[in-house]
Amino acid sequence: MSDQPTFTPRDRSWHPPALTPQYKSSVLRSPNQRLLSLDTTLSEMTGPRFGHDLIGPLDNDLIRNYAQTGDAIGQRIIVYGRVLDEDARPVPNVLLEFWQANAGGRYRHRNEGYVAALDPNFGGCGRTVTGADGGYRFRTIKPGAYPWPNGPNDWRPAHIHFSVFGYAFAQRLVTQMYFEGDPMIWQCPIVSAIPDRAAIEQLVAALDRDNTLPMDALAYRFDIVLRGRHSTLFENRLEGN
Amino acid sequence: MTRPNTLEETPSQTAGPYVHIGLTPNWCDIEGVYPEDLGRTMVDAETAGERIIVSGRIFDGSGVPLKDALIEIWQADANGLYNSPLEKRGEADPHFTGWGRQATDGTTGEYRFETIKPGRVPCRDGRLMAPHISFWIVARGINLGLHTRMYFADEDAANGECPVLSGIGSKARAATLIASRGEVDGAATYTFDIHLQGDGETIFFDV
Repeated sequence: MSDQPTFTPRDRSWHPPALTPQYKSSVLRSPNQRLLSLDTTLSEMTGPRFGHDLIGPLDNDLIRNYAQTGDAIGQRIIVYGRVLDEDARPVPNVLLEFWQANAGGRYRHRNEGYVAALDPNFGGCGRTVTGADGGYRFRTIKPGAYPWPNGPNDWRPAHIHFSVFGYAFAQRLVTQMYFEGDPMIWQCPIVSAIPDRAAIEQLVAALDRDNTLPMDALAYRFDIVLRGRHSTLFENRLEGN
Repeated sequence: MTRPNTLEETPSQTAGPYVHIGLTPNWCDIEGVYPEDLGRTMVDAETAGERIIVSGRIFDGSGVPLKDALIEIWQADANGLYNSPLEKRGEADPHFTGWGRQATDGTTGEYRFETIKPGRVPCRDGRLMAPHISFWIVARGINLGLHTRMYFADEDAANGECPVLSGIGSKARAATLIASRGEVDGAATYTFDIHLQGDGETIFFDV
């Protein structure tokens, strides 16, 4: 038996299935065949590592990192939390990249067609690397909701996209964070691609009054869980952790 | 083994049509935030190994190439070592990152990586796998990132011995993972087209 670590298989009932017809783009872009299960090898159990030296001083500040004439417009917020594995251990050195629409719900992208105005001081991207305790933090403005071409009148709830790198390519994850109390979460065909309500609630950041900056910014807490390494029995003892 | 975990993994959501804002901002004209898009360059002048270009397109179920997708690749260096802190077998080539990230072209749908041909890596039981490149694909309409692998058409012997490739029951399906070799402007070029569904649907892995 090898002493290489492995992962428990992904719990695919917790994730959205590939085909979710209410989200029309999935119809032609979802594999029809079953996934082939792969006994993970070094190719999946390793991954690139990004150091803290990658991160520029304004990378975690979307209010200022594209500013031309002043701060970005919108409700100022702090988003923070921790990255943990499935055994609740903090995961340090995780590269988090995030992107979002501006306060009016408009993305800075050539394919974007929504009529809401661009904010000349808002680019919409940021990144950070988690600390020793798995913690991260960034400052931004609360994105607006926006309509999108799907059903006749579908709107996305306010959300921030996250890309997450663990230590292994098999952990690679993109997801979206929503805001506590937003009724539009429960009307969204992309959100409802996730079958389990408890799983959806894992994507809803909690308003955290204790971490607000008085007279400045609200705070939302969003913890992220990555797949964890599985213990493997090796010479009658647990290894792999 | 039963699931020993105490927390559930954060569920995935699609990267959406504007994934470039976050992951390749310079590519989509958001300049001045980062000096360069991450993963754009994998090699430098001193990287060991055969220089190759890997390119292709991703097709949807109606045969239309995806023009808004994002691909990441991860591969070993020319000696079969990964440039990762979890690589314990030796030190990988410091001139090779092993990791690349590219958007598919907004007009043609083509992606393109400039890299090197990887060496062979053992699987868990020690048998050698054939040279391969791991792919991870996200886009609008993809609810959970897709994992696949690219193998090399000119590695018949290694492909035949590879526990992963030779373990695939259907030879026709295994062939969806093999990139053909050609030459473009004097550079060795492997073409790897990915079909998300329908005839010739590419094999995707549950890793």
